[in-house]
Order: sequence, then structure tokens, then C-alpha cells
Amino acid sequence: MVASIQPVAPPDVALSVRDLTVKLPQSMERTYAVENISFDLKRGQILCIIGESGSGKSVTANAIMGLLPRVIRVSSGTIHLDRTNIIGMSPDKLRNLRGRVVSMIFQDPLSALNPLMTVGAQIDEVMAAHGVGTPKSRRSRALGLLTEVGLPEPELMYHQYPFRLSGGQRQRVMIAMALALEPSILIADEPTTALDVTTQAQILELIRDIQRRKGMSVMFITHDFGVVAEIADSVVVMEKGHIVEQGSAQQVLKSPSHPYTKRLIAAVPHLTGEDRVPLAPVDNEPILKVDGLVKTYRSGSALFGKQRVVPAVNEVSFDLAPGRTLGVVGESGSGKSSLGRLLIKLLDNDGGGILFEGRDIAKLSEAEFRPLRPRIQMIFQDPFASLNPRSTIGHILTVGPVAHGMPYRQAREEAKALLAHVGLDAGAFGRYPHEFSGGQRQRIGIARALMFKPKLLIADEAVSALDVSIQAQILKLLDQIQRETGVSMIFITHDLRVASQICDEIAVMQKGRIVERGPPSQIFLDPQSAYTRELVAAIPGEQPRSTRPVAANE
Amino acid sequence: MATFLLNRFMQSIVLLVIVSIIGFLVLNLIPGGPMSQYALDPGMTQQDMDRLAEQLGLNRPFWVQYLEWAWRLLQGDWGTSFRDGNPVTTVIGRHIWATFLLMGSSTAIAIAVGTWIGIRGATRRYSAFDYLATVGAMVALSVPTFWFGLIGIYVFSLELGWLPAGNMYTIGDGSVLNYLHHLIMPSIVLALVHIAIWSRFMRSSTLDAMSQEFVKTARAKGVSERRVILKHVVGNALLPMITLAGVQLPSVLTGALVTETVFTWPGMGRLFLDSLGYSDYPVVMGLLMFSAILTIAGNLIADVVVALVDPRIRLA
Repeated sequence: MVASIQPVAPPDVALSVRDLTVKLPQSMERTYAVENISFDLKRGQILCIIGESGSGKSVTANAIMGLLPRVIRVSSGTIHLDRTNIIGMSPDKLRNLRGRVVSMIFQDPLSALNPLMTVGAQIDEVMAAHGVGTPKSRRSRALGLLTEVGLPEPELMYHQYPFRLSGGQRQRVMIAMALALEPSILIADEPTTALDVTTQAQILELIRDIQRRKGMSVMFITHDFGVVAEIADSVVVMEKGHIVEQGSAQQVLKSPSHPYTKRLIAAVPHLTGEDRVPLAPVDNEPILKVDGLVKTYRSGSALFGKQRVVPAVNEVSFDLAPGRTLGVVGESGSGKSSLGRLLIKLLDNDGGGILFEGRDIAKLSEAEFRPLRPRIQMIFQDPFASLNPRSTIGHILTVGPVAHGMPYRQAREEAKALLAHVGLDAGAFGRYPHEFSGGQRQRIGIARALMFKPKLLIADEAVSALDVSIQAQILKLLDQIQRETGVSMIFITHDLRVASQICDEIAVMQKGRIVERGPPSQIFLDPQSAYTRELVAAIPGEQPRSTRPVAANE
Repeated sequence: MATFLLNRFMQSIVLLVIVSIIGFLVLNLIPGGPMSQYALDPGMTQQDMDRLAEQLGLNRPFWVQYLEWAWRLLQGDWGTSFRDGNPVTTVIGRHIWATFLLMGSSTAIAIAVGTWIGIRGATRRYSAFDYLATVGAMVALSVPTFWFGLIGIYVFSLELGWLPAGNMYTIGDGSVLNYLHHLIMPSIVLALVHIAIWSRFMRSSTLDAMSQEFVKTARAKGVSERRVILKHVVGNALLPMITLAGVQLPSVLTGALVTETVFTWPGMGRLFLDSLGYSDYPVVMGLLMFSAILTIAGNLIADVVVALVDPRIRLA
């Protein structure tokens, strides 16, 4: 695996990790978070560490920063930063390196900034913590940094509190903070995972640009091979605390040698551009016909003025044939989730109609709609939060149908059959949600929805919280279920690549409106609207890297 | 922000009206009433009684009495004491400062000590200190305040003779030091239970703040551990505590009433008990309104302070 690693780090290596083993506390399922891992980050390069959840990639980053929680300890190995071993270094010396020699940016820019401090004060703090400059010089440096990371009106931005900034802007502030003392190494822990695809493209561009301009070395942690293809010079693939493969980006992406890497790459959803072969239509009458649907959020008080009106869903119309899947794609705030909640009547609409099997359900009262509820079911995003931790799987599956009048004995038999159907053991019936992994829980969520034998399934970001290999399995399961039961599906997602895997037709939403609707081949290969083109262009790893110059020391 | 303040203010007014109606109703419904003490006098005839009731306005329907009382209250006339004929405001004014002094000093002690224990318990979680603080808080919460008062008097006044057993000052000695000397024990005794509550909330609030991402960011910036805790953790941990302080105010007030009784402190607590004993309803009603205003004002101030401190509310 790790073929040719010299014992002493050569001068062109900025960061060198050797035989690093990090021990986990005893109650955990593994003994080691990472075991005997070795890799080098060369000067002026971008190294991507890729792995699924639980692979140990974040633990590695935290070990390098000296930021491991107290209960997790490095038990052996060395980490050389510019030829100094930081393992066993005093906390004070380590602190001195952080922010000055190595900087880090994090996954969620919404929670990574102190809500009570202005942007300027937080950038200032990095320099003040290392005793650099005077208040005046630090201020002008901070303003310079804000300009450098492409934030508009730095003077204004300096005095803003983080809550006023968008996710992308906050991540830019984080980058400005990380760059303040011109560190030689930047560690980025999934810095674009929480961002919209267009914002992600901008932030990736920014990191790559700054890295090239400053000759910085970047260790970039990600779970997304698309991102790897965009920016990596070299790649380390991790699985369950081990490095299974490493090499240049070219080599790992084009000719992976380890089976895990191969599996991982194969699981990455790609834009197919090919349309799905639809089921033979049983009935030409659409099962769902949405006409001019409107939902407007109002906040603030109408009495004292200053009311904020947000049109979440604005004149949305579409129809869905039986046994087909419509993808609803959009960025955060596009109204796609509100649309899903309107269709299942978790939200009341402000206008328009929802014709389900020819009947307008938008006008129905809760009591009138109740008999119809079993026919429209939802699969939720977060498989951890959407199952009651105090109920057994059996209870979760049967409580709904029993409430709608199914005898318990029959419900139990059907639940067991369904569990087997979605790929779980029938023994799952008596167990609790915490005993299952994320992918298994999502299977339970699907089984729960299917218990009602629905005509329409609404999946709201149903695979977004899952690792790619699990994601692929769940998508396959949904496809199989549709082919067997003929259920119609509305698949809401922010990920165009996922949508292209499973949808017959895709509707692209922006600011509450459907801006384009068509089969995947049209959306991806011949997009009609400017916004769709922008979205498609922003997908990481799908464009040839022709514009990218080869790094100097490659 | 202005909208928010106006809303909260209007809510407070409505709340005050409701409290006053309920208070007035309950006071008039309980058996006895201001006339009962005269009924015991054998020299009083029914005619005398009726005349007296007429004079005091007690023979009119309840709602007329309430409206008149409320109307006068709005004009600053809180009525006159049945007992000594002084205006209610004067009677309350004589006792209010003693209670405020006690409440203020014990709140200051509770917040300072409770915050310190909470932060230390959170940053050294599961240490000997943390366990000790947990057990201490349980004890302080389970033992009634008056019992602590009695123990304190026994140990520090009777046995050791360090502190006075009661009263606000020694007669003939009005020096500040003498006041402080008398203040020590009652304010600490009253603070105990609030230290316990405050430190528990502060501990969990600090732990919450410590697990936030931005704390990790601060560490990654190379900020010293001391500054990470003081600036990033404590600043954010104190936000929800402001609301708690507002909610706690009424319990400090009722605690003060008990403590005053134990230490013969000449505050509103003793006034309240005495006035109840004499069925001096104008004073009782005045005290009730006063504590209601204090409570509602406390919550209002807490909300305003949170709004001022938190930029997400201040600038929204």
C-alpha cells in the first residue's frame, strides 16, 4: 500500500505523518480511530484525504492541529510540521503553531463563527493571539484579507455580525481568518459540504486560487470524489482508520488499485444525461396535478409595519404520471422543501390547487384529508432524527396502519415482510433505532412509508445525509420498489447528480419558481435556462480539468 | 426592536391587570375581612358596623370597589392603611429599602459565586470540584432557607459570636460598617439556594457553549485557553442566564420574605405578615401589586437586556 516513503522528510515536504495511531476510548466500537497511517503533504500542493463517515479523516486533521478531545490520545507515531515533531509537544508550543503555521477551516460555516463577535474582531483575534501588529495595523490587515477572499465592501463587512452573512460569505470569513498569518499549511475539513453547489464551486475556486498564489500546502478533507477531481494534486483514501490507497490524483481517480477505492468511485453518482426507461404506463391520467400553487411566509408584525414577505412557493404547476419520478432540484431557499410539505399538507397553501387522483386536496380540511393520508407518504432527510428513539422498529412500522384501522396481527405480518423487502432482517422488528446505522435507518424510514401502500411517495433529501456507497444502495432500493409497486415519487434534492440517477423528469426550482422542467437529458446536456446552466456547470468533478495548470513540483 | 419592546410592554400591562383582579377577588372572597376585628368588640352594634362599612366603602359591589381602587392606583393613590391610617405608599416605602438591600446583595453573591462554580464545574467536568459542587447544590436545594438561617444564627451568633443574630443595625450605631455586619448572614443564607440553581444552569450552559464549533475555531486560531473560555465560551453561556435571572426574581423576593422573618429584618416580608394578621387589605393589596410589578419588570428587563446583548436580536 504505502510503497516508497523515506524515513526522514525531504525538504519539499511541508507535513509528514508517520505511523500515526490514535486510540479511542474503550466504550467505542473500534480500538483505534486511525492505525499506522503515513502520508506526506508536499509543499505547494493540495492533498485530498477522502473517506466515508467513520474513516478517521477528521481525527487525523485534529491530531495535526493538536485539537483532539482529551479522551482521544495519539498512542504512537510522529507528525512533522516543517521538520519539527509536534507529538508530545507542550500545549503552549502547540497553541503557538496553531493559526500561525497551520490553520484550519471547518465544515459548517454557520456555527464556526462566534455569533457575538463582529467579523473584524474575529479576524483581529488571530493576529492578537500571536502578538502580531498593533490594533491599527491588524485592522488594515483584516480589511485587506476581507478584500482578498472576495467579500464585497470590506469596511462594512468588518463591522458585521456573522448572522448577517450567507453561508458562502461566512466560509470566506473563515478563510480570511485562516490566512491572516500566512500559514504554510491549511487544513480544510469538508469546507464545502454544507454549501450549495454554486457556492461550493466558488469556494473551491477561492481555495485553489489562494493556494496557488501563496504557494501554500493544503490538506483537504472530503467525502466527495467530485471535489477531489476538481482540486487534488494527490489523494489519500481512508477506510475505517486505515489508509487503503494513496497516490497522485490522476492515478487514484483513473486507475484505482484497491477494491474499496474502486467501489467508492463506482458509487459516486454521475450525471447520466441518459433518460430512465420508464415503466409501461398503466394509466395516462396523471396521479398528481399541481396548478398554480402558492405559499408565502410572513414574519414580523403587520400592525407595526416592517413585515417580511417571502414567497416560498410561487405559482408552481406540474403533473406527475403514475409510476414516474419527478425530481425537484434547487439550492437552499429555493422552496423545494416547502413544496414537499405542501403536497403532504403539512403546510397550508395560500393559493392554487393540488389534484391528487382527480380530487383537489388543497381545499380539504385536516379531517377530510385524513383518510387520504395513507396514500401520500413521506421519506425524511435525517434518518437519525426521524425515528422515535424510544419506539421499537415494530411499533414505528405498525402504529400508523393500526391507527388507520388495520388489525395489529396483519400489520405485524406486513411489517416483517416489508423489513425483509427493504433488505433488513425480520429480527429488526423488536429492536430500537439506535441499533442501526444511518443507511439501515433510512431503509426503516422507507419501510414505514410503504406500510400504507401509498400511491405517492415524497422523498425530501432522502439520501443527502448518507455516505455515497450507502446512497447508491438506497437509490437502487427506491428504484426497485417503484418498479414493483408502481408508486409515483417526488424526489426532492439539492444534488443534481443524485437526481439524474433516479428521476424520469426534473424540475429546477429557484426562488419559489420552477425555472425549467424536462427529462435529465435536457437538463444536463441542453439546459434551457441560464440558472440551470449555472447549476450544472457548478457540479464538482464533471468538467474536464483542461483549464488547470500542472503544479510546479509535480 | 421598538416593535418588540412595545409588544412586551403591552403584554406586561395586560398581565398586571389580570393579577390585580385575581388578587382583589381572592382577598375579598376569603372569610373574615376587614370588619371581623370590629365584630369581636362587644360595644359594637350592627348599626355601628354598617356605618363603618359605609365609611370604608366596603358595602358596595365587588367590581365597583375594584374599579375605584384601580382608578385611584393609576392616579398614584394606593389607598390608606386600615391599621394606622397612613397612605399605603408611605407604609411600603418605610420597608422597601431593607428588602431591596437584602435582595440586591444576595443576588450579587448568588450570581458571582454561582457563575464561578458553574464555569469551573464545566471546564473541569467530572473532577472532585465538579462532584462536590453537584452534591453541595443538591443539599442547598433540599434544605429550607429558614433552617439554614437557624443553623447560621446558632453557629455564628450564639456559639462563635461573630455575627449579629438579627435586625438591620445596632440601635445608636448607624455606620455603614454596622449595616454591612448585619447584612452578611441574611444575604448569604438567602443566596444559598440561588447559588445552587444558578451554578447548575451555568454549568450546563457552559458545557453547551463549549461544544459549539466556534470554540474549536478559536482554539484552531491559537487563542489561549483562558481567552477561549472567558471570551468565547462564557460570553455565549451567559446569554440564556439573563433570562433565568429575570425568572428567578420572584423567588428571590419570596425567599427574602422568609429570611426577613428569621433575622427580624425590617423589610416587606414582616410588613406583609403583620398586615395579613390585621386584615389590613389596602396594604396587602399594595404589596401584592408591588411584587407583581417587580416580577413583571424583572422579566421585561431581562428580555430587553438579552435583546441588547445579542446582536442577532438587536439588529434583526
